[in-house]
Amino acid sequence: MKMDYAGLFHALQPEAHLVLGALLVLAFDMVWARHRPANRHHVALAIGLLSLVLAGWKAVATGGTGPVFGGVLMLDTLATATRVGVVTLAALAVALLPSPARLRHPAEFVAILLCATTGFTLMAAANQLLIVFLAVELASLSLYVLAGFDKTRPESAEAALKYYLFGGMAAAFLLFGFSLLYGLTGSLDLDMIAAQLSMRGPSPLLLVALGMVLVAFGFKAAAAPFHLWAPDVYQGAPAPAAALIASASKLAGLVVFTRLLWPGLGSAVGTIAHVPITVGWAPVVALIAAASLLLGNIGALAQTNVRRLLAYSAIAHAGAMLLGVIAAGRLGPGPLFYYAATYGLAAVGAFGVLSVLEATGPAQKLTDLAGLYKRSPLLAGCLAIFVLSLAGIPPLAGFFGKFAVFAAVLRLGGLGGPVGWLAIAAIALSAVGLYYYLLILKQALVATPAEDAPAVKIPLPAALALLTAAALLVVLGVLPSLVLGIF
Amino acid sequence: MNALPCTIYVAFTGAFLALVAGARSAQAARVVALLTALTLWGLTLYAASGFVPAAGLQDLVNLPWIPQLGINYHLAADGISLTLMVLTGLAATTGVLFSWNIEERTGEFFALYLSLIGGVCGVFLSADVFVLFVFYEIAIVPKYFLIAKWGSTNREYGAMKLVLYSFAGSALVLAGMLWAYAASGGQGFGLAQLAMAAADFTRTQQLGMFALVFTGFAVLAGMFPFHTWAPTGHVAAPTGASMLLAGVVMKLGAYGCLRVAMPLFPVGFEFFQPVIAWLAITGILYAGFVALVQEDFKFVIGYSSVSHMGFVLLGLAAANATAVSGAVLQMFSHGVIAGLLFAVVGRMVYERTHTRHLMDLKAMPLHRLIPFAAVVFVLAGLASMGLPGFSGFPAELTILIGTWQTKPLWALAAAGGVLVAAAFTLRAIQVSFFGRTGPDVCTEAPHPLPPITWPEKAGALLLLGATIYLGLCPDTLLDWIRPALHSPVFQALLSGGPS
Repeated sequence: MKMDYAGLFHALQPEAHLVLGALLVLAFDMVWARHRPANRHHVALAIGLLSLVLAGWKAVATGGTGPVFGGVLMLDTLATATRVGVVTLAALAVALLPSPARLRHPAEFVAILLCATTGFTLMAAANQLLIVFLAVELASLSLYVLAGFDKTRPESAEAALKYYLFGGMAAAFLLFGFSLLYGLTGSLDLDMIAAQLSMRGPSPLLLVALGMVLVAFGFKAAAAPFHLWAPDVYQGAPAPAAALIASASKLAGLVVFTRLLWPGLGSAVGTIAHVPITVGWAPVVALIAAASLLLGNIGALAQTNVRRLLAYSAIAHAGAMLLGVIAAGRLGPGPLFYYAATYGLAAVGAFGVLSVLEATGPAQKLTDLAGLYKRSPLLAGCLAIFVLSLAGIPPLAGFFGKFAVFAAVLRLGGLGGPVGWLAIAAIALSAVGLYYYLLILKQALVATPAEDAPAVKIPLPAALALLTAAALLVVLGVLPSLVLGIF
Repeated sequence: MNALPCTIYVAFTGAFLALVAGARSAQAARVVALLTALTLWGLTLYAASGFVPAAGLQDLVNLPWIPQLGINYHLAADGISLTLMVLTGLAATTGVLFSWNIEERTGEFFALYLSLIGGVCGVFLSADVFVLFVFYEIAIVPKYFLIAKWGSTNREYGAMKLVLYSFAGSALVLAGMLWAYAASGGQGFGLAQLAMAAADFTRTQQLGMFALVFTGFAVLAGMFPFHTWAPTGHVAAPTGASMLLAGVVMKLGAYGCLRVAMPLFPVGFEFFQPVIAWLAITGILYAGFVALVQEDFKFVIGYSSVSHMGFVLLGLAAANATAVSGAVLQMFSHGVIAGLLFAVVGRMVYERTHTRHLMDLKAMPLHRLIPFAAVVFVLAGLASMGLPGFSGFPAELTILIGTWQTKPLWALAAAGGVLVAAAFTLRAIQVSFFGRTGPDVCTEAPHPLPPITWPEKAGALLLLGATIYLGLCPDTLLDWIRPALHSPVFQALLSGGPS
């Protein structure tokens, strides 16, 4: 292995900026800001945003330089795009920082959020099993803490505990699967593993390893039947944390998953585009996708809590994204990235609206949204854009994401195999989805507000974040080539 | 012709302006909406004045949009599109006039209303299936809010049902369309492109794709047994929205069948032709009989819409130049007549008497209290029955003649529908407006009825003028429609040669 430390440092500039930002925000808070409670929030927010912006800029400037440090990291177009994507989503999430009344330690919150983002950007480029595991765990551990950050509510602690227990279990599965892969091939490098596997063909041990890895990623991506933590965590976690879990974490997770499966385990894919099916990971991923689509869409129908509803909708979307993973091998990761990134924007936006509302009163039940159009037209308008994008209504980006992914899946083999039928089923289920998305919008835009409902004041950073997310959804929806063109 | 794409942009700009104006005053929003609708209608008429009928679509715009998937922003029009565009302009304008009394959140109402129109215009002008689909879906969501917020009886149920039916229909279309795209090797979504590729599809593929796409569009056209969204939705909707729904939105479905499903998958169409015809005939008769026993005045009109749309589908299923040109003419005619009927029932009667129950209306001497409404309704009813002199007559007659050429039995069965239509319309007229006549009739309502306002009069006269004009000279539209059917894609589909 070539030890090119200069190249490694060059490639890790975004991560360096994020970590420095995390240290800086803590130091600044301890030395200066904690004695000035009026400005404490603003300082933490400013430093956090600054380091995120710098990291995003560095990610673009570094660009796709190919394998780094002997192939430990892979800086290709997908990695660059994902780094910029997760940093953008994290910046939108950090702008939703709760008010001082609800968050007593803003600096710690921002610092941990930056650590999580470091994990995401590493996941985007990781090309070696150990780095994959480290990046995933860095991100996960930070997210467990963020989920439990709201000390005023027991639900937040419950969310953190559930997330941690499920996540810890998933980490064990992941590590076990990786150790089997290492034992089989004698290497941690994905390229080496791919080379080894293509020589020896499928073996029972490989299937066990694959099973372990798929279970672990099923947990991480909140795909059925490993989704049980998602509704509770989405319900209990502070809004920015939930937004991060729903958006950036999903994007980074799917990208690392795609990288692991396609270049790494591509020879064990199996076929599902045509009958007869052969054994491999693709049939299992297709099964998980089908279960998620079905369970997410049906489960969401019964929800009366907005956050739980968004969690079930996230499960359904995870199913659609897993279809994109299957299609990514032959037709490139473009549709998958577009779907995951724009889904993230809509999810951050939806949680952003809830986070702003929480400052004035409860924002949990669907009826808490009643008459939002009167309390704050801007918030209601943004919510409409986010929810309609989640529902997949053109010209918003959510529509084109679905369209591109389903088109890619059908191009694999038409209706000649189960995956084509799965795409058709996903299209049919999107009609079910519209029902529950309209339930949210019915409350927000049609129902009359309660008598005593106060007007909503939107803090400036949150307003900017919401408007940015809404504008991006519209622009990317009308001009999808902006994203598809870079792949 | 080149003015047509502007209608889309005008509608969406108008929607935004109405929203802004509505924040200031309701009157400003109304004026903006009326001006937008008039501009839009004016543009379509201007395009019509310079229209040279020709076989095939005439390109308007063709720009690369998403080259990665081979999608172009391709708009084109022929006589069929133009007919429906003029109808959209007329319906939009009169719909605004009959929505003049919307007081609550006026700006938002007209913003949604105009974005619905924008989507409709986009569908009628698309020559790329992807573009058509995008506009088709844009037109779905505004309907929900229009009905759920400003509607009447059972509005949230009606709105949700209507939107879910439309969306489920569009999901079928999407599935069929993506299947065709994948089977053609992922080249693109242009109508001509897909039609060429479709020639190589296997019979199974053609049947499957046709079934998906046609059913998807037919849901919106109100084909039996997928029509149940239409009466509940139309009844729940505010008057302006009912007029649009019955007037133009149902035409989107029929247009999609004619423009996309039938020419792309001729083998599939040939196989399903008798099924479609019999479903259409069932729809005509069934909806007619159901309309005969309705107690709610608006439900009578709602079911009559389904019955009349059955004629459109029958004309398409008969698949010869006469029947199809009659079907397009019937789309226009029904758009005008249904608009008129909904305007009388929803705006002139219901907004004054606050009841639509036929038995309650029977107790009021409405023909004395609001004579203008009575006259308009009688004329609209006559037009709806298909009496000579109104547009319904040439349209339904052309369809029946064309259908006879294909299969006399279909024409005979459908002709029964004309009788049923006469029966339910006469019953509605008699019970609602002339429930009590004679010397002892009191001339007072339970509460004073406000007089008919000028926007109502203007709107009613515009629609009446259109139906009478077309009744007297249907060739104005037929001269646009017939050449369009001479294009190669339609010639391959239609039997019996040009009319």
